[in-house]
Amino acid sequence: MLDDRYGLAFKLYPYAKCADQDAGAPVRHPVVVLGGGPIGIATALDLGLQGIPVVVLDDHEGIGQGSRAICFAKRTLEICDRWGAAAPMLGKGVVWNLGKVFHEDRKVFEFNLLPEDGHKFPAFINLQQPYFERFLVERVREAQTQGAPIEIRGKNRVDAAEVRDDHVLLDVMTPEGPYRVAADWLIGADGAGSPLRKMMGLDFEGRVFTDNFLIADIRMSANFPTERWFWFEPSFKSSGASCLLHKQPDGIWRVDFQIGWDVDRAKELKEENIRARLDAMLGDGVEYEIVWSSIYTFQCRRMKRFRHGRVLFAGDAAHQVSPFGARGANSGIQDVDNLGWKLGLVVAGKAPESLLDTYCAERCHGADENILNSTRSTDFITPKSAISHLFRNAVLDLAERHAFARPLVNSGRLSVPCSYDAGPLNGADALTGGPARTRPGAPCPDAPVADGYLLERLGTNFTLLTIDADAPEAVEDGGITATRLALSTSESPAGALAERYLGDASSGVYLIRPDQHVAARWDVFEADAVRAALHHACAKE
Amino acid sequence: MTLTLDPNLSDPDGVYCDLLAAHEGLSEAESHAFNARLILILGNHIGDREVLKQALDAAARPDR
Ligand SMILES: Cc1cc2nc3c(=O)[nH]c(=O)nc-3n(C[C@H](O)[C@H](O)[C@H](O)COP(=O)(O)OP(=O)(O)OC[C@H]3O[C@@H](n4cnc5c(N)ncnc54)[C@H](O)[C@@H]3O)c2cc1C
Repeated sequence: MLDDRYGLAFKLYPYAKCADQDAGAPVRHPVVVLGGGPIGIATALDLGLQGIPVVVLDDHEGIGQGSRAICFAKRTLEICDRWGAAAPMLGKGVVWNLGKVFHEDRKVFEFNLLPEDGHKFPAFINLQQPYFERFLVERVREAQTQGAPIEIRGKNRVDAAEVRDDHVLLDVMTPEGPYRVAADWLIGADGAGSPLRKMMGLDFEGRVFTDNFLIADIRMSANFPTERWFWFEPSFKSSGASCLLHKQPDGIWRVDFQIGWDVDRAKELKEENIRARLDAMLGDGVEYEIVWSSIYTFQCRRMKRFRHGRVLFAGDAAHQVSPFGARGANSGIQDVDNLGWKLGLVVAGKAPESLLDTYCAERCHGADENILNSTRSTDFITPKSAISHLFRNAVLDLAERHAFARPLVNSGRLSVPCSYDAGPLNGADALTGGPARTRPGAPCPDAPVADGYLLERLGTNFTLLTIDADAPEAVEDGGITATRLALSTSESPAGALAERYLGDASSGVYLIRPDQHVAARWDVFEADAVRAALHHACAKE
Repeated sequence: MTLTLDPNLSDPDGVYCDLLAAHEGLSEAESHAFNARLILILGNHIGDREVLKQALDAAARPDR
């Protein structure tokens, strides 16, 4: 009845009977999260840290085996840092900066990510997804001991959802039989195949790519450098149309072969056949052990809307992209970042429900940007016609000798957070000469400040950041407070704060949202303007 | 910036001759690859996406 659909890497939330199962009528909770993947757990963590009671229902007792995501971007780490979960990720993860691009048997060029100085976190870390999820669950456990009202229920499978005007009723199956539970708000974080989406009969449209990718995670003692190697049309035998080699922690490498559409999956997944490909690639005499392997295909698609009354979709359930550019989990974490504070304010009665429509607007914009980027990468890596193949190879041929062609080489654009340009919550852009990168809607870039970093000083509520400008210690509007963070450019070595936040201006005032996106900015503090922007940023019009 | 569709080549006959000469001895596949590289090189020299879009448009509709 309740068989596991996949094996577990870590058993972290074994089934335990809860009081709701014996209650006569369905017990009602403010928020129920459907799905305990990275996005569901992160949602629970964000809400729980705000003191909002939240129940997570997952049909397994822990984290699935097999890595899937390995690249976690800086923005993800910054968000996890706000939740107090980033330190172990950074500790375990592998940092890389050097990438090499090959075509057939020759190296076309290499690139260095050259991360900008003055950020707490690197551009990317490589970390197996099960570790990423485990660190989130461990942070939940710690937060629980400090009183965060989070409950994770393992082996609780949602079989039906009845969506009412002001709540949702769920049929839940457990090893001890079914029960019902009610939620004021339901978060659908049940993954790409989202049973909830199907229960509600909702659309999920986009482009399906007819290609198969064979992934093998292998453990090697060989001394391959910590670099990202990408081959277009590799010359080694039966390697497929492209190939990626990437380092993970624990001496494990991810190898990804693009093997085409007409393949016999069962046959390709036989150990001897995977080994034949790997041997051809690594050369004779390299010892390795296959830790995990899988064949996947992918889609680029999203739901038309992420909010359906009292149901909000997030992560893979709401949108899917190709893995090129590592935008899946990274964009899902940005969903959580966007949704957390909004739902928190709505549940607390401090903001209107329409604030949640802006979650849909802003994150659909984010999903579109991700889909656009990963579709472009896909079209470059797997040309769809003879002429696109011709142009792709012309770029690679030129890139070897001529620098101009290198920016055209697209083996996946690294995931960066989107700016909510023209977003519904943006206020005034009234900082004369202010830099474009910190315009309203943009995520705040980090900067070194005193002996720490800017982002860790921003907190989890609205912040009024003043740089060499006067302002009161707090601004309040309708029960929501923006607390002042007063900084001076003299505190920021090498002028990073001035360069990123002032540009040509000599002082500046920023209203920053709880998700660290800029709401509005000015030359000087003016109470009415700031209060109006705070009002607007909470959708109170 | 706008695309110029007025005569702009310093030596039209010479340029045309260079173009044909460059393709001499190439197979059809090699000529296609050559053209693709040439387009990328010239495109980079122009640089501006708007101008290139106008060029794409002009190439797509020679009758207009
Ligand atoms: C090969 C590959 C490589 C990838 N690489 C990257 C990368 O490098 N970087 C990156 O950011 N992303 C990457 N991704 C994407 C990433 O793995 C996903 O985006 C991420 O797992 C989505 O998380 P989620 O929580 O939305 O969904 P999931 O991880 O799918 O979690 C959904 C959860 O819901 C549970 N569930 C489902 N139905 C029910 C039900 N009826 N009742 C109760 N529980 C239910 C499931 O058991 C599961 O625990 C990759 C994906 C693949 C396939």
